[in-house]
Amino acid sequence: MIQVVLPAHLRNLVGMQGPLVLEVAGIATQRSILDAVEASHPVLRGTIRDRVTLRRRAFVRFFACGQDVSLDPDDAPLPEAIAAGKEPFLIIGAIAGG
Amino acid sequence: MATILHIEEMSTVRVLVGTKKGAFVLTSDGKRKSWAVDGPFFGGWEIYHVKGSPADPNRLYASQSSGWFGQLIQRSNDGGKTWAPVGNAFTYGGVAGTHQWYDGTAHPWEFKRVWHLEPALANPEVVYAGVEDAALFRSDDGGATWHELSGLRRHGSGPRWQPGAGGMCLHTILLDPVNPGRIFIAISAAGVFRSDDGGETWRPINRGLRSEHIPDPTAEVGHCVHRIAMHASRPNVLFMQKHWDVMRSDDAGESWREVSGNLPSDFGFPIEVHSHEPETIYVVPIKSDSEHYPPEGKLRVYRSTSGGNEWEALTRGLPQQDCYVNVLRDSMAVDSLDPCGVYFGTTGGQVYASPDGGDNWTAIVRDLPSVLSVEVQTIR
Repeated sequence: MIQVVLPAHLRNLVGMQGPLVLEVAGIATQRSILDAVEASHPVLRGTIRDRVTLRRRAFVRFFACGQDVSLDPDDAPLPEAIAAGKEPFLIIGAIAGG
Repeated sequence: MATILHIEEMSTVRVLVGTKKGAFVLTSDGKRKSWAVDGPFFGGWEIYHVKGSPADPNRLYASQSSGWFGQLIQRSNDGGKTWAPVGNAFTYGGVAGTHQWYDGTAHPWEFKRVWHLEPALANPEVVYAGVEDAALFRSDDGGATWHELSGLRRHGSGPRWQPGAGGMCLHTILLDPVNPGRIFIAISAAGVFRSDDGGETWRPINRGLRSEHIPDPTAEVGHCVHRIAMHASRPNVLFMQKHWDVMRSDDAGESWREVSGNLPSDFGFPIEVHSHEPETIYVVPIKSDSEHYPPEGKLRVYRSTSGGNEWEALTRGLPQQDCYVNVLRDSMAVDSLDPCGVYFGTTGGQVYASPDGGDNWTAIVRDLPSVLSVEVQTIR
């Protein structure tokens, strides 16, 4: 099982305060994790990535094991610690604005 | 008099406030003297608009958006006590096409947010959404799914539309209560459009508008219309606050004439009609398009009881010095009690109410986030 930590506003939206714990089909990648997140919580469709293009929203970033992986390919395998559920996949609202 | 007082006491007035950081619901009885403030709902999100169904006042719709997380639509079935997200897939019909960008180049249509939600007059499951980049969507299932009424963008002038400073938004939707199928919408900065067949086909209705800041001041489209309003008893009469100029049409938009008259500035955003007097209208003059605050630092609502041209300043209870707030286009509304209540919200976070048609004003809440929209429900 993979752990996914949502930003506070999206945690409020799904009504959960802890991390999502999800079964992810196949290799753990950004795409497979986000597919699982949206399948389990359809309200999140469009909030993390564009509904049509599936591109990451501009002010959302992804972190894995302390590394910003936002610009990595969608299908690049994530670290084994993420796949094993030992480390959470972090979805972060970027610090933006003034 | 005793009867009127009885009706007032039995009534509830609910003011739905959208702000830059959440929604608020203000509630009073018909006396409109004491107000309860509930919220924030959706704290931290921009709430461009909240509106209730005329057919079921407990059915509310809210547009919730964020630069980080995009667009959501929220629905309440209990008058705003609880909410649940519904559908947020706003996909343009067919090939999205292009409109003009600020520099005149072709720019692809891109969905950004929902500015305005307009529940249908008779069916609470039907609701229209005006969006940026400008388009009109409709839901027939309480907001669960949305489809574009793409005849608006495809009638021919769409590729010539251009955004205003605030984006290319469809911000006003008026449903004609007398002529079935007639819908008026307004877009910044394209103008006013009318459909007579429920939104399938459209045409621009901007004859008589004059905008000196565009290449052809009397062009068919390209006018920065800020808001239009009608009285339900007389839907062929429309009132408009344009970027500059207050306008009026007596023929369902076929032609417009200026009624700015003696206003201190004819720039502004909202315009509203008294609930019982179709010739009584309200605007809030703003100094200029680059100085978005009231002239002389005095917050004044102007009322015309003659459908325009002759205006009187309404100041009692409003700040008359050092006031530099703005009042945005969807931030004024009226209730349907007698006397008519008038409400507006400011970018400074105040919501002002007048229980007597504008003669006297009170801030019913004064420290909200910047107000984006105000709607009123009168519940008897």
